Amino acid sequence: MESPVETQPNQVTIPSYTDLPFYRKQVRIALRNCGIINPERIEEYIARGGYLALAKAITEMTPDEVISIMKDSKLRGRGGAGFVTGIKWEFARRSMAKPKYVICNADEGDPGAFMDRSILEGDPHSVIEGMAIAAYAIGSEEGYIYCRAEYPLAIAHLKIAIQQAREFGFLGKNILGTDFSFDLYIKEGAGAFVCGEETALMASIEGRRGEPRPRPPFPAVSGLWNKPSNVNNVKSYAMAPQIILNGAEWFASIGTENSPGTAIFALTGKVNNTGLIEVPMGTTLREIIYDIGGGILGGKQFKAVQTGGPLGGCLPVEALDTPVDFDSLVQAGATMGSGGMIVVDEDTCMVEFAKYFLTFASAESCGKCVPCRIGGRRLLEVLTRISNGEGKPEDLDEIEYISRNMKEASLCALGQLTPGPVMASLRFFRSEYEAHIYDKKCPAKVCRGLITYKVIEENCTGCMVCKRNCPAGAISGEKRQVHYIDPNICERCGICIEVCKFDAIMVE
Amino acid sequence: MAKIESVQALKAFQQQQQQAHEQARQEKVVIYVGAGTCGLAAGAGETMEQIELELGKRNLTAEITTVGCIGMCVREPLVDVQLPNQPRITYGNVKPDMVARIIDEHIIGGKPVLEWVVGVVPQDW
Repeated sequence: MESPVETQPNQVTIPSYTDLPFYRKQVRIALRNCGIINPERIEEYIARGGYLALAKAITEMTPDEVISIMKDSKLRGRGGAGFVTGIKWEFARRSMAKPKYVICNADEGDPGAFMDRSILEGDPHSVIEGMAIAAYAIGSEEGYIYCRAEYPLAIAHLKIAIQQAREFGFLGKNILGTDFSFDLYIKEGAGAFVCGEETALMASIEGRRGEPRPRPPFPAVSGLWNKPSNVNNVKSYAMAPQIILNGAEWFASIGTENSPGTAIFALTGKVNNTGLIEVPMGTTLREIIYDIGGGILGGKQFKAVQTGGPLGGCLPVEALDTPVDFDSLVQAGATMGSGGMIVVDEDTCMVEFAKYFLTFASAESCGKCVPCRIGGRRLLEVLTRISNGEGKPEDLDEIEYISRNMKEASLCALGQLTPGPVMASLRFFRSEYEAHIYDKKCPAKVCRGLITYKVIEENCTGCMVCKRNCPAGAISGEKRQVHYIDPNICERCGICIEVCKFDAIMVE
Repeated sequence: MAKIESVQALKAFQQQQQQAHEQARQEKVVIYVGAGTCGLAAGAGETMEQIELELGKRNLTAEITTVGCIGMCVREPLVDVQLPNQPRITYGNVKPDMVARIIDEHIIGGKPVLEWVVGVVPQDW
């Protein structure tokens, strides 16, 4: 970001956040307290209207009225699947078995995503309040927050917040003098990506291996310890108190008709302003990347944006005017996901990019079902072959064949969506795959098996800097003589390019 | 803190907290340090230590409070300075060696260090 301060003669104005390009298009609902209040002081949360929504729900409304507001608001689950939260709560309410559980999915595992972490760290009480409202609505007295152990600060803040909420009487028996009782516990996840899948998550809380099981039965009918359970994402719970306080109409008036409210993204990658943003649904990718994100780093060309994390998809420059909402992103070929948004520039090889996510997703396969366990591995083998320059013409069909089967036959979303990034990059960047396979070239000059480093003889002064810095000892040449890189020894690490002061090394 | 056992009591407590907050805003120097994981990773811990050190050197008292992530990860560590009855002004990428100047010019001299300023946190946020 450039300095926003405008200096005029005799007058200096410091702009308000709302005038900064980064914030101008943002609407903060779930993030309203993040960065504003001290998250370790419940008093500051209360001063900003905290726990008034819970008070309103349990003293002025019936559980059915709470559910009806949530349904009317049309809030869709912010974990990624986008199921209407109010309907989910209604299913759990209708289940007769007791006890019931309220569960918060805070097992945020996507590389480059930090939306849930920031809310838990910056405003933990909003999540606690949202869970208590959900508990009242479905008739539950016990809740769990499943938070990955790699988030120590989030867990520390949650622990403080839960303790304070108990002291103030927002958790525990007879909350605010009513008959409603609810208490909350933290379960620390051990770092398995698949535990973000709700059935695997519940298995993990029960102390079993974090493996998914087929649905139905859905958690609302048979969840934790086979009892009715409601699982929502951190962001969905954090929005609930605001919907109760301000009404369904207010929430539905923000965003688009079928995806009301705001979307929260962790904007990362090759943009100038990386950060955490909350925008009305329907904001376009272009507005997010160029207006809020300030464009591509170093003035380079935009190449693709990955939404939905390792199970999502990438979109090319032609899709920049796609509005971000649950349906438009799927239609365009990506997914909303939980809110990771990674921007890449022209220097990124899309085969390598897809391979990165595939490596992640296949390593995180729990191994329970064959399509995911074997399919992911085979897919990775094909992609590795292509990026090494050993790709065969039939490999592209092979990718599509494996992907289709994984999508149709895998047990849970992890296996079903693992091929997502590969399929999306193949769809939008097919020519890059073909260049790797037929021409044995990597257009972005990234894949090590397909590039060679060469000395540009006219520019080389024989200063010997590259020779001294080459870790592989691949460079030869005498002082003030043109140097030579032996392609058989060269590791393609790129250090010589970085250290050369005369632009005398090129990649082919 | 005794349990809050009715909605009335909660509303009364909220008002009392709002007033206390408003009073502090009018009377105190408040320094906010963005200390979420993103802030800490960018060095907010060191920056905060330096703030305490430099305030101590000058015998100044200010309320130092930590806040979560406000979103501008690229500008972390973020430090906001709020003088009594003045707007809350945010500085970006505040390294320990920048702290002394912010304290001298802004807190003591009353003039924000414009070249490091990011913006003003809106009061209705």
